Amino acid sequence: MQLDAKIPGGPLAEKWDRHRFELKLVNPANKRKFEIIVVGTGLAGGSASASLAELGYNVKTFCIQDSPRRAHSIAAQGGINAAKNYTNEGDSIWRLFYDTIKGGDFRAREANVYRLAQVSNNIIDQCVAQGVPFARDYGGLLANRSFGGAQVQRTFYARGQTGQQLLLGAYSALMRQVGTGKVKMFPRREMLDIVVINGKARGIVARNLITGEIETHTGDAVVLCTGGYGNVYFLSTNAMASNATAAFRAYKKGAYFANPCFTQIHPTCIPVHGDYQSKLTLMSESLRNDGRVWVPKNPEDKRRPHQVPESERDYYLENKYPSFGNLVPRDVASRNAKEQCDMGKGVGETGLAVYLDFEDAIKRDGKAAIEKKYGNLFQMYEKITAENPYETPMMIYPAIHYTMGGLWVDYNLMSTIDGLFVLGEANFSDHGANRLGASALMQGLADGYFVLPYTIGGYLTGTTLEEVTTGHSAFKESVTSVNDSIEKLLSINGNKTVDDFHKQLGHIMWDYCGMARNDEGLKKAKGMVQQLREEFRENVLVPGSKKDFNQSLERAGRVADFLEFGELMLTDAISRQESCGGHFNEAYQTEENEALRDDENFCHVSAWEFTGKDKEPVLNKEELKFENVELTQRSYK
Amino acid sequence: MTKTINLNLKVWRQKGQNKKGRLETYKAVDISTDMSFLEMIDVINEQLTHKGKEPVAFDHDCREGICGMCGAVVNGRPHGPEMGTTLCQLHMRHFSDNDTIVIEPWRSRAFPVIKDLAVDRSALDKMIQAGGFISINTGGAQDANAIPVPQEAAELAMDAAACIGCGACVAACPNASPMLFVSAKVSQFALLPQGKPEAAKRAISMVREMDRLGFGNCTNERECEAECPKEISITNIARLNREYFKAGFLSAEK
Repeated sequence: MQLDAKIPGGPLAEKWDRHRFELKLVNPANKRKFEIIVVGTGLAGGSASASLAELGYNVKTFCIQDSPRRAHSIAAQGGINAAKNYTNEGDSIWRLFYDTIKGGDFRAREANVYRLAQVSNNIIDQCVAQGVPFARDYGGLLANRSFGGAQVQRTFYARGQTGQQLLLGAYSALMRQVGTGKVKMFPRREMLDIVVINGKARGIVARNLITGEIETHTGDAVVLCTGGYGNVYFLSTNAMASNATAAFRAYKKGAYFANPCFTQIHPTCIPVHGDYQSKLTLMSESLRNDGRVWVPKNPEDKRRPHQVPESERDYYLENKYPSFGNLVPRDVASRNAKEQCDMGKGVGETGLAVYLDFEDAIKRDGKAAIEKKYGNLFQMYEKITAENPYETPMMIYPAIHYTMGGLWVDYNLMSTIDGLFVLGEANFSDHGANRLGASALMQGLADGYFVLPYTIGGYLTGTTLEEVTTGHSAFKESVTSVNDSIEKLLSINGNKTVDDFHKQLGHIMWDYCGMARNDEGLKKAKGMVQQLREEFRENVLVPGSKKDFNQSLERAGRVADFLEFGELMLTDAISRQESCGGHFNEAYQTEENEALRDDENFCHVSAWEFTGKDKEPVLNKEELKFENVELTQRSYK
Repeated sequence: MTKTINLNLKVWRQKGQNKKGRLETYKAVDISTDMSFLEMIDVINEQLTHKGKEPVAFDHDCREGICGMCGAVVNGRPHGPEMGTTLCQLHMRHFSDNDTIVIEPWRSRAFPVIKDLAVDRSALDKMIQAGGFISINTGGAQDANAIPVPQEAAELAMDAAACIGCGACVAACPNASPMLFVSAKVSQFALLPQGKPEAAKRAISMVREMDRLGFGNCTNERECEAECPKEISITNIARLNREYFKAGFLSAEK
């Protein structure tokens, strides 16, 4: 299939205005005739649900947790970018656009990224008006800080809880609409299938996680805001319930999956400490504003950090990248940490950690100033590790944090299934091969507050939607297939738990499809995943029943999907014979060990098409055209 | 230093809202003191699963103390013995070898048990629906720096806004009152200029909804403040009371 991104014509800066003018409008009285299904209530889903309801649409919103306020956007710490230029450093929409597209290693669409930068300012305005308590200067105006990949301070923040505050803002807007009756909220529901009728998304099948009942819902359009797939690695900074099921089942119904091998490894996480460990905890990238990353120069050096004199420390990021220093983008910082540990210079019991040291910052600004900026992060670190970071340097190591890949969408955020829109981390659109810090919050809210509310109207006016009910045969087929797979999982009654399989899959993916990849490893991993999947289908043990609150069954369904999806990631990684951003194939690197792109052959989005269970997917390419920026080798020196 | 300990667990097991529950005893053996409390329950659940028994149902998600999904009463204290700590951030190094640990769900009529340790806290959402927001539609906002907010007010608002909506305040209160939760939201907005236009309406509607849902009232026991994992101060309750009286006496809100 020829992928049409539907990018509007005209100069870059005018595309979005022009598109908004050209989009047909739904008259206010007619909006109430439409019913929109939104799945997920993070920044994207919460903001989309509220904004659509404010416009007059009837919205049904689903979330997996007990309340929409719990979505994992809540855990984002550091901040949200905007091109306000309040700091007078020469920031602009163009600069934010450029930094983001460069940070993504030139594998994102220019028009989407430019639009993101354009609406970034509206987001800050909107959030402040909602009462989000952003940090402020003494004069009462908004404060900014720096983040990786940028040389201006454009990140707005609310202590180390920016995601929480932005999500509670979107949640409060959503709750207001639930109160007016425009949004009907369905918590503790897991979407298990998309229902497609005459080529259009017309509803979903969901499991009520309390009663186990399989429910069906019709809609005139479906909006997926179901986050990323980082938990395919078992250990990640994602929440325990974060999963790929909704997106993957949409893929199986005809939505293409784009760039699944683009995963982000965040450089500053608390290192792994035991095989019982259930998740990894991120320490915000904002810490790199004041913390200095170092390892001992001598690999044999096993002294405590304080005993290592200044002259025997290697501040490798500052030395290697003098202009960006500790604030290089995430992929660069992560790979460098791995490289130091591979050379035997890692610290801590496992040797898989580097120091993030605040001693100089505390000397310079005082402990009180540092506490004010990062107090809750330091406290969290101490709770987990029982070490006091005001006195002893933090130990950090990279971990899976975010996934840039996702369902393919056009400029309108619509997937290859008509009427199925995908927002936030669940889509692939804005971050290319690497996302810059403080850009995820920006994208989730941009999609939900300021993009979808317009583009969905264009779809609804331009299409004919016949009446459908849940009695339609497509719904019945979907319910049967969902029920069959649930019963199958419960009937296997094998010897290994869901977590046993999930951990095994995680190890395979981390070892062969993690920070550095090579063809041999990827091919080997593919075989291993296939084998593990076969074993899962014969030997998984899922206790309990289906008509019940059964958390093992929930996890089993998600891991079953991860076992198929993991292979798709490997397939994508094998096919992309270049390095870019988070995808680092060891065969393609510069002399300085940076990712070496192949713009001649791989300047495209890889959009994978499902062809049948356990069959090889088909690759469709969307060529990326860069008319406004010059493709360069990224350099942060 | 990492070591391992053995524990006796007494865990509340209840099949459903209207079923009778009881404490069951489990041995937790070789528990690393670096584990979090929830990871310790994971270990027990894996063992139960292997024995063909149903694992303990419990709510949890982010496991970094911010989503508010987890929580249980541990030895009589919501989220366990550590101050300012959610259950997921409580580590086993705070327990000793051979301790007996009693683990129960939140206890409140407004939070019915779903299964084992998982309860239904939708009442918290309902109180937010009643007025825990600023009525602004998407699109109409002025420039973010058009309204300066004194730094101190912004900081106090942030202190209140740090509430994670876990319900520990209700579980801790002898009256099962959610006043700390309600007051945190009312305070956040009362402290900011953006929240002023609806301040009276918000205070009255949220308190009324709280009463309607069958929660108890505040009698200044201060248990909520002691158990709040985000250390929300009860000065917020004082502020809520002021806002409520102000609204009753000085505004047209009914």
